[in-house]
Amino acid sequence: MTSQTAQETTQDTDSFVTPDGRTIGGVIMEMKNITLRFGGVVAIQDISFDIREGEIRAIIGPNGAGKSSMLNVISGFYVPQDGEVWYHGARRPRMRPYQVAEQGIARTFQNIALFDGMSVLDNIMTGRLTMMKSNMLQQALWFGKAEREENAHREQVEKVIDFLEIQNIRKTPVGRLPYGLKKRVELARALAAEPKLLLLDEPMAGMNVEEKEDMSRFILDVNDEFGTTIALIEHDMGVVMDLSDRVVVMDYGKKIGDGTPDEVRGNQAVIDAYLGVAHD
Amino acid sequence: MPDQLLFAMEVMLNGLMAGVLYALVALGFVLIFKASGIFNYSQGVMALFAALTLVGIQNGQVPFSHLINAIFGTEVHHFGWHVPAIFAILLTAAIMVLFAWIVERYVLRHLVNQPDIILFMATIGLAYFMEGFGDLMWGSEIKKLDVGLPQGINVPIDETTYGWFGYGFFIDNLDISATILAVILVVALTVFSQYSKQGRALRAVADDHQAALSVGISLRFIWVLVWSIAGFVALVAGIVWGSKSGVQFSLSLIALKALPVLMLGGFTSIPGAIIGGLIIGVGEKLFEFTIGPLVGGATENWFAYVLALLFLVFRPQGLFGEKIIERV
Ligand SMILES: Nc1ncnc2c1ncn2[C@@H]1O[C@H](COP(=O)(O)OP(=O)(O)OP(=O)(O)O)[C@@H](O)[C@H]1O
Ligand SMILES: [Mg+2]
Repeated sequence: MTSQTAQETTQDTDSFVTPDGRTIGGVIMEMKNITLRFGGVVAIQDISFDIREGEIRAIIGPNGAGKSSMLNVISGFYVPQDGEVWYHGARRPRMRPYQVAEQGIARTFQNIALFDGMSVLDNIMTGRLTMMKSNMLQQALWFGKAEREENAHREQVEKVIDFLEIQNIRKTPVGRLPYGLKKRVELARALAAEPKLLLLDEPMAGMNVEEKEDMSRFILDVNDEFGTTIALIEHDMGVVMDLSDRVVVMDYGKKIGDGTPDEVRGNQAVIDAYLGVAHD
Repeated sequence: MPDQLLFAMEVMLNGLMAGVLYALVALGFVLIFKASGIFNYSQGVMALFAALTLVGIQNGQVPFSHLINAIFGTEVHHFGWHVPAIFAILLTAAIMVLFAWIVERYVLRHLVNQPDIILFMATIGLAYFMEGFGDLMWGSEIKKLDVGLPQGINVPIDETTYGWFGYGFFIDNLDISATILAVILVVALTVFSQYSKQGRALRAVADDHQAALSVGISLRFIWVLVWSIAGFVALVAGIVWGSKSGVQFSLSLIALKALPVLMLGGFTSIPGAIIGGLIIGVGEKLFEFTIGPLVGGATENWFAYVLALLFLVFRPQGLFGEKIIERV
């Protein structure tokens, strides 16, 4: 099946129920003809795809395909030369990363970006910065309202900590944690923001089998319990097939496939790209 | 108690007080360096500019009066009013915030992602520009600054120590108020950075820019905030120094004394800046008192730098700085 038919089958219906009983809603984010260049390198070439509310959308492709670049465009870190980003049915003007975050889009990074000098708890607390209301003066003077607000945020953060099972490291400085746990703390910080859309850049890279299983379970639970829409990049095909509702396949900056895991698996262009037939 | 020891104690106390001022200037450096990795050469000039502005406002001086008079052939110098110290201080603080905004908008914004050395050069440019601008705006003559801080010998201390040792310590009231001001400032800064939303954002930016962006922090807002705070610290330093020795252009030179303080305390540590300042203050006074007479005096001119040099050789990250690890 080609990518076109895959899109047509999903585009018209407004919402549907997956085999495992989750409801997938309408389109919340749509990338239209995105092109991103770095000097002579074309990282993304005229790519369009959408993300539906409540789904887990995977972006896969060989190294250097432009997957991270795509996530960076969505989160405002990169500004594409061409194309439009539509969010909740409206064209998004050019935005800085902090403005994107304020719109309810949280993310993690391929090479982990945590605050190494802060404790796990403080790191996760920063995830709630966009939701903190008290103004500077109230905070400086520590008036009742600011204190109540702080406590409410603390409670929410504790929930995330319980959810991701990291109670025993909450006071540990993040710099001292092993790699797998750092990835988990980064996810926790993103979750603390109660995002509508969660972007995960290779959440399982460099993990052992057991850690991968844990992470997969967390991702599924987040999606299931909070209805969070998730877009993730992953190399491990097995994981992708298990987790995702729909998959975008990229290669050399181009989109070469888009559809359900089964559709994508049968796509000749995808098979070629992964076996290195097209360019070797 | 032997007289020599009593003298030494008095010298030490005075050194502590002098150290407070060094610490204040160093604190401004550390704040900006931590949050943005920029070594702000203009911190000393900011203190000078703040002090000049404060005196100018207090005395109702007409800004740019030389320029105005030269162009229009007028003879205006003063508005003829006197602004109460507290309002003048608030107004000056507001001007330092405006200054921070201008620096972000017209300098830093255009230099993001440039190498550190470029940013450092920009702050040197900024320092000279501000020195000239301050001169043009308020004139270059030495001005007396009085915001109502008590001055002169502290009599209770003098009498008490006289009662104990038969020798009265000479401690200036101004030094005592400076110390109290500095303590309040440091406590306020610590509370702000630990417990407020903006303080948390500030620490986040100091730690990792990329991660800070992803949790919704505006870097531009943080730059303005941190330069405003540094401007505020500069204002306090300017008030203390200006009350002590008049507002004059040599004030910007104390920035140079802050350098060895930073080398001792580490460029990224707020407690380091304070303790480094105190060590240099006490060290140079005691050294002058004990060794000075043997080498013909004036050791205060170089003691701090030699001490800093020793630190550079044996402990380059300073007393409290983060350990420097070269990744290969
Ligand atoms: N900031 C940048 N400056 C210059 N070139 C960049 C930048 N970011 C990405 N690129 C280039 O864009 C192309 C796509 O990179 P990207 O990181 O998006 O790939 P990827 O699919 O995430 O690869 P990987 O699986 O290795 O993470 C590469 O050729 C890369 O060198
Ligand atoms: Mg990548």
